[in-house]
Amino acid sequence: MSLKEFSDIANKEYEYGFKTDIKTELIEKGLNEDIVRKISAKNNEPDFILEFRLKAYKHWLTMEEPDWALLDYPEIDYQALHYYAAPEKPKEKLKSMDDVDPELKRTFEKLGIPLNEQKKLANVAVDAIFDSVSVATTYKEKLMKHGVIFCPFSEAVEKYPELIKKYMGSVVPHTDNYFAALNSAVFTEGSFVYIPKDTICPMELSTYFRINAEQTGQFERTLIICEENSYVSYLEGCTAPKFDTNQLHAAIVELVALDNAEIKYSTVQNWYAGDPKTGKGGIYNFVTKRGKCLGKKSKISWTQIETGSAITWKYPSCMLIGDDSIGEFFSVALTNHHQQADTGTKMVHIGKNTKSTIVSKGISVGKSVNTYRGKVQMNKSAKESENFTQCDSMLIGDECSANTFPYIDVRNASSNLGHEAATVKVSEEQLFYCQQRGISLEDALTTIVNGFCADVFKELPTEFAVEATQLLSLKLENTVG
Amino acid sequence: MFEIKDLKASIEEKDILNGLSLTIKPGEIHAIMGPNGSGKSTLAKVISGHPDFEDPEGDIKLDGKDILDLEPDERANEGVFLAFQYPVDIPGVNNSEFLRMAYNAKQKYQNQPEIDPFDFESLIKEKLTVLNMKEAFLSRPVNHGFSGGEKKRNEILQMLMLDPRVVILDETDSGLDIDSLKQVSDAINHFKSENKMILIITHYQRLLNHIVPDTVHIMADGKITKSGDKSLALTLEDQGYDAFKDNQS
Ligand SMILES: Nc1ncnc2c1ncn2[C@@H]1O[C@H](COP(=O)(O)OP(=O)(O)OP(=O)(O)O)[C@@H](O)[C@H]1O
Ligand SMILES: [Mg+2]
Repeated sequence: MSLKEFSDIANKEYEYGFKTDIKTELIEKGLNEDIVRKISAKNNEPDFILEFRLKAYKHWLTMEEPDWALLDYPEIDYQALHYYAAPEKPKEKLKSMDDVDPELKRTFEKLGIPLNEQKKLANVAVDAIFDSVSVATTYKEKLMKHGVIFCPFSEAVEKYPELIKKYMGSVVPHTDNYFAALNSAVFTEGSFVYIPKDTICPMELSTYFRINAEQTGQFERTLIICEENSYVSYLEGCTAPKFDTNQLHAAIVELVALDNAEIKYSTVQNWYAGDPKTGKGGIYNFVTKRGKCLGKKSKISWTQIETGSAITWKYPSCMLIGDDSIGEFFSVALTNHHQQADTGTKMVHIGKNTKSTIVSKGISVGKSVNTYRGKVQMNKSAKESENFTQCDSMLIGDECSANTFPYIDVRNASSNLGHEAATVKVSEEQLFYCQQRGISLEDALTTIVNGFCADVFKELPTEFAVEATQLLSLKLENTVG
Repeated sequence: MFEIKDLKASIEEKDILNGLSLTIKPGEIHAIMGPNGSGKSTLAKVISGHPDFEDPEGDIKLDGKDILDLEPDERANEGVFLAFQYPVDIPGVNNSEFLRMAYNAKQKYQNQPEIDPFDFESLIKEKLTVLNMKEAFLSRPVNHGFSGGEKKRNEILQMLMLDPRVVILDETDSGLDIDSLKQVSDAINHFKSENKMILIITHYQRLLNHIVPDTVHIMADGKITKSGDKSLALTLEDQGYDAFKDNQS
């Protein structure tokens, strides 16, 4: 066995590639004004949402798909997709979790997300989203006692329209980019989180996204608002079945942190990556995530472990508006086989004395392409601000590639930037050294990769750090020999 | 007993080992000396299964068991340890974690349970004392940023922890200062016992004053050209390799 044989990567079966057999209600394929209205009607939405959708749809029609990323994929036919898919609902409203379709419960259980009241994950509240609808949200009542709202987006529209009106689109306007406009027109479901003033959210909040239906786009919207002196840690996870066709996922996440508030947003992304040999199928992941540090001393921290998807186009960003606010981005992006990732962040410093940290670890294996693209912008007003960027790449084998594009735009003289970058190649000598100490090739590789990612893993909530480590080792299985 | 018989290995169609034979009995220390490029490190690598050398010919047996077809990690777990001439850095992997993994890999190979973390702590501390190494080394990445001498010492720490049967020391003395040489030699002498088999590769007779070999071999062009007792090393120091070249052919 040797590193030279990295290219002959064996097929590790994607564990979550099963499809749930369940009656699905679909809106016919295609995208036009009528479809947008139908989606809105399905959700019984108030007029202001429909108007928002239609405005976004009209704007989308005037836009072009971006082509600046280092990604190579066939043209997406937006008329060939379903924009709404939902497991058929029972006529009556669900009274408790036990009324959830057992097939759906089994699905989530298989994914490691038990929804049964008795078996729930300890200290993690979960919103489980299946295709276009939320299936269940756990620990809702307990959270309510603290004034914390954690519910599906559609429910928030119904129950808290004022908050939605005030904040939806305030961080990522529908005009922001092509995929954001598309999402704003056709979004279905997502999670809503509201943490009131002076509140530390008593548990981790988590949304689990599952795409099940074929040829369906998933367009969820997540909105998290942290009032003054509050804190929340939120995690999203995602998987999808194996299909030969590509599925489109274009989500929007908006975060708002007021004075002294902190939002920690973590992602463990494991969408189906496509067939390891042919590269057929897999999720196209075009996501717009942005946080506004509106308040003084507010903090937003993004941590992402990106291991899945055929294509990843994703730049979680921070707008550091409040003085003394802090933005962080910690990322591990692993690409294998034919996967392509163009990911990074954007830190926009507006307030005085704002700080940002970027730590990006890209790991490329197989024939994959892994690109870091980041921008640090320090406005004239952002006096005495600081950024530290570290973007490291690791290459395993000879057929993959890594790129880094750090853009810097500083418009004042008192700010400070530090940048470090390194490319490491896992060498045959390193692996042999580990093996000579009795450590198997796979364990050696996993250990080296984990060591490379340690700075990012330590940012994950403990409940998920283990999961992330295991996920990576799973992804690396059979990559040698 | 560790037996190498008629070992041949090549790389890119270049023959490096040309039918080398060597037998080390339990409790014995052998030394190999030979000019640069004669194939000493290659021998060490082929013994431990380095993938650069495909399909070497010959036999390598440990206590009668053929290990030449085993994977490198299996050979290690069978008890073969190589102290590298150039130890490799593994940035991001913590030294003590690395040692624990290696230790437990061997436990697993022998169907033994993983070592208790507290037992591991005390074991490692004991070995650090033997080598006069600071605990701070444990939390640093494997060999990363270590000085040349520190790397060599770290190899010996790993050897003490893993307690192998067969040890190959590839120029462990090169790069060590006088005091370090003494400490490392003491550690090896302390490690030596009636069931260990030790092969020392060195360019300097000096080391052999500290660790006294039972047999000294001279290697040239991928073969052992002369073997003798420890006085051979002294003669060699005096006369150089040329004196032995002529004798041979
Ligand atoms: N990977 C390799 N590719 C090509 N040639 C190699 C390789 N490894 C070793 N060689 C060659 O094999 C020969 C023996 O090398 P080796 O490292 O075994 O010598 P050595 O006796 O250990 O020398 P030194 O005393 O300098 O350490 C040298 O000519 C060397 O160039
Ligand atoms: Mg050598």
